[in-house]
Amino acid sequence: MNEEIRQIIAAHGRLSIDVAALAPDADLYHAGMTSHASVNVMLALEDHFDIEFPDRMLKRSVFESIAAIERALVELLSETPVS
Amino acid sequence: MSIAVDRDQAFLSAIGRIADEFAAPNADDVDRDARFPAETIEALRAAGALSAFLPTELGGGGVTFETIAAACFELGRRCGSSAMVFAMHQIKVITLARHLDGAPWFSEYLSKVADEQRLVASVTSEIGTGGDMGRSIAAVTPGENGLCVFEKQAPTVSYGAHADDLFVTLRRASDAEPSDQVVALAMRGQTELEPAGSWDPLGMRGTCSPGFVVRATVAPEQILPAPFSTVMAESIVPVTHILWSHLWLGIATDAFDRARAFVRASAKQKPGETPPAALRLSHVMSDLSLLRAEVYSALAEFVEASEEPGRERLSTMVLALRFNNLKIAASEQAPRVCQGALGVCGIMGFKNDTPFSVGRHLRDTMSACLMVANERIHQTNASLLLIAKDV
Repeated sequence: MNEEIRQIIAAHGRLSIDVAALAPDADLYHAGMTSHASVNVMLALEDHFDIEFPDRMLKRSVFESIAAIERALVELLSETPVS
Repeated sequence: MSIAVDRDQAFLSAIGRIADEFAAPNADDVDRDARFPAETIEALRAAGALSAFLPTELGGGGVTFETIAAACFELGRRCGSSAMVFAMHQIKVITLARHLDGAPWFSEYLSKVADEQRLVASVTSEIGTGGDMGRSIAAVTPGENGLCVFEKQAPTVSYGAHADDLFVTLRRASDAEPSDQVVALAMRGQTELEPAGSWDPLGMRGTCSPGFVVRATVAPEQILPAPFSTVMAESIVPVTHILWSHLWLGIATDAFDRARAFVRASAKQKPGETPPAALRLSHVMSDLSLLRAEVYSALAEFVEASEEPGRERLSTMVLALRFNNLKIAASEQAPRVCQGALGVCGIMGFKNDTPFSVGRHLRDTMSACLMVANERIHQTNASLLLIAKDV
């Protein structure tokens, strides 16, 4: 999952540095990701993992690092689907 | 509880008195000469109003945020410029108080604000950022003896020449990204303001907001430790939009009150007939009630989210959209009400020297849509709307 997240950030995050060189807990916003770019990252993550981030998760702290994004995805993917 | 309520009521009645005795009689003169509303600010100092929000442990008045918002409204009814100076000062003090996180320098600083009734101005906008407060060019750089220095080109600094201290947004370091920001608090004596430009605007003339090149040398402790993005989302943006919209509502309410007085005077001249202007007044009233509803509901939502443990909901996109909408809606609706009042009063409202003059109100509220340009806020909202769900 970590690698998939990195690919999405590389494609949409518009970072000023190489994503491969980023530590999992490095601050993506400090690495140059703008609010607008972060929205594109969120859209791409929703599309790729076929999930929807609920409004409570739509805040900076959830998307500020690769590790934080991974935690959010694990939480959403492990939720029992409501049918 | 009752002591706290009494405190809030006593504060608001003091503000009402200052608004009537100092802000109102000087409002036309402040506007005409584009001069600082010194009498009003001195009276606010004497009443301890500059530290009203601060907790009593820091020497402040301990009043609630709602009371500060109500004070912006009351001052706005009498002098828009005085209300704007008061509001902008409160935004900085409230922000620092909400994000102290035990930082000793800032606790001591806020005690000084209370003791000495220091007036704080902000240096947030910057030439070259296109009006985006979330980006900075000027950076904190190392100076001599472990101090920090910076130089910022500010297109406007409201009451910059009259402030004791400056609340400045900067890049964290010279190699930091534009969005990697901090807040620095520079005090008088540490700061040099080089005037850059004149001040002869359409409205809000008493805020005295020309451009400046701001240079300062500060200690590292004068950089607020709290993360800037949290400070922006939880305090600077919502508090700014709420206090501004309260004073715009105050200005619009006074314009409406003048229009109503005009209609009543017309009705007395021809008893038994409803004057034609009364119908127009009814239209203005419905515009004013929309403005009031938006302002009050945003205040209630902010207070509710602020009281939740961790205040995390304030950082969500949904609430960012909420308070952005407040700014856009209130800044468009307030001048609409004032223009409606002008339509009611006619030439008596258009003239600057009648009891029904509303030109100043209209001009002052026309600044609202460009204090952080609405189009920039729409751009942000457009992006957030791509992903936010239940807005």
